[in-house]
Amino acid sequence: MTIAREETYDAHLLSFVLRLADSALIASQRMAEWCGVAPMLEEDIALSNVALDLLGQSRHLFTYASDLEGGSRSEDDFAFLRDPHEYLNYIIAELPNGDFAQSCTKSFLFSSFAKTVWSSLLDANDSRLRDIAAKSLKETNYHVEHFSSWFIRLGDGTDTSRQKILEGLDYVWPYTNEFFDDDSILISLEGVLKMKTNTLWTKWIEGVTNVFASARIDLPSTPDFICSGKYGIHSEHLGHILAEMQYLQRAYPGGRW
Amino acid sequence: MGNDSSNKEVEIPLYEVFIRSANGLEHRHVGSLHAADAEMAIMNARDVYVRRNEGVSIWVVPSACITASDPSSKEMLFGPSRDKIYRHPTFYNLPEGVRNI
Repeated sequence: MTIAREETYDAHLLSFVLRLADSALIASQRMAEWCGVAPMLEEDIALSNVALDLLGQSRHLFTYASDLEGGSRSEDDFAFLRDPHEYLNYIIAELPNGDFAQSCTKSFLFSSFAKTVWSSLLDANDSRLRDIAAKSLKETNYHVEHFSSWFIRLGDGTDTSRQKILEGLDYVWPYTNEFFDDDSILISLEGVLKMKTNTLWTKWIEGVTNVFASARIDLPSTPDFICSGKYGIHSEHLGHILAEMQYLQRAYPGGRW
Repeated sequence: MGNDSSNKEVEIPLYEVFIRSANGLEHRHVGSLHAADAEMAIMNARDVYVRRNEGVSIWVVPSACITASDPSSKEMLFGPSRDKIYRHPTFYNLPEGVRNI
C-alpha cells in the first residue's frame, strides 16, 4: 500500500517536472531560431540570451527528473531520445515564431506564466524545486520585462506594428487556456507544490492585464479551445522541432562532443 | 532593396554605454549600441555588455549628446603639453611605503 502510493506520487512529480523542463527546452529551441535573423544586432543577442536562460532552466529540471527516476535516463536522454508524444510541454512553446511581433506576443504571455509558476514554487514543499525556481525567477523576470516592453512598444506604436501585434495575439492567445485548465497532476501534488490553478490564473491575468492596458489593447475573451500538450498531445509543429533538435543524436547514437 | 528605400527608414539612435564594474570605481565607457529610447538602451546594454557579470551599474547617453574634440585641433589641444615636462611628476622620489601613485 505505502509503496504503491509513493510510486504514484513520484510519477506525478516526474510528469510535473518534465512539463516544466520540456516547456523550457522547446521554448528555448524556438527562441534560438531567431539567432542571426533578429531585427537588429542588439535584439539578436538578447533573444539568444533568453534562449540560453531557458536551456539552463531545462537542464536543471532534467537533472532533477533523472534523479527522481533513479538515474535510469540522463539529462540528454530526456532531451534527445524521446518522441513527440512523450514530451509534456505546453503547446504555446512549440508554436512557430511567425514575425517578430508574434514572437514577442507569444514570449510575453509564456514568460508571464512562467513567472507566476516560479513565484509559486518558491513556497513548494520540495527543496530542489524551490532552488530551481529561485534561480529561474530572476531570469524570467527579465524575460517578462523584455517581451512586455516590446508588446507595449509595438502594440502602441505605428498602425503597422499594432496590426502585427493584434494578428500575433489572435494566433497565440487561445493556447494560453492550457495553462489553467483542470489538472489532475496539480491536484494530486497540491501538498508538495502548494500550487492552485486559479491562484496562478489570478496572478497571471493581473500582470497581463496591466501590460495590455499600457499597449492600449483590449484583453481578448477566454476561448473555448483547450489544447493538451502537457498530456503529450501535441500540434504538428513539435515533430519538426524534434527532427531538427534530435538529428545528431539520432543519426550518431551516443555521439559526444 | 536599393538605397532609396533604406534612406527613408527611420534610423534607430545610437547610445554610448558606461558600466561601473564594482562599487567605488568609476563608470567606464564600454561601447555603443542602437536603441529606440533610453529604457531600451539600458535593456540592450544588459544583454550586450554585462552578460558575464561585468558590472553593478549602467549609464546610457545618447551619442548625439556627446561633443567631441575636433581632430584638426589636435595640435592646439594636446601639442603644448608635450614639452612641459615639469607637469609630469617625474622629479620626485616616492617615500617608502607610499603606494598607488
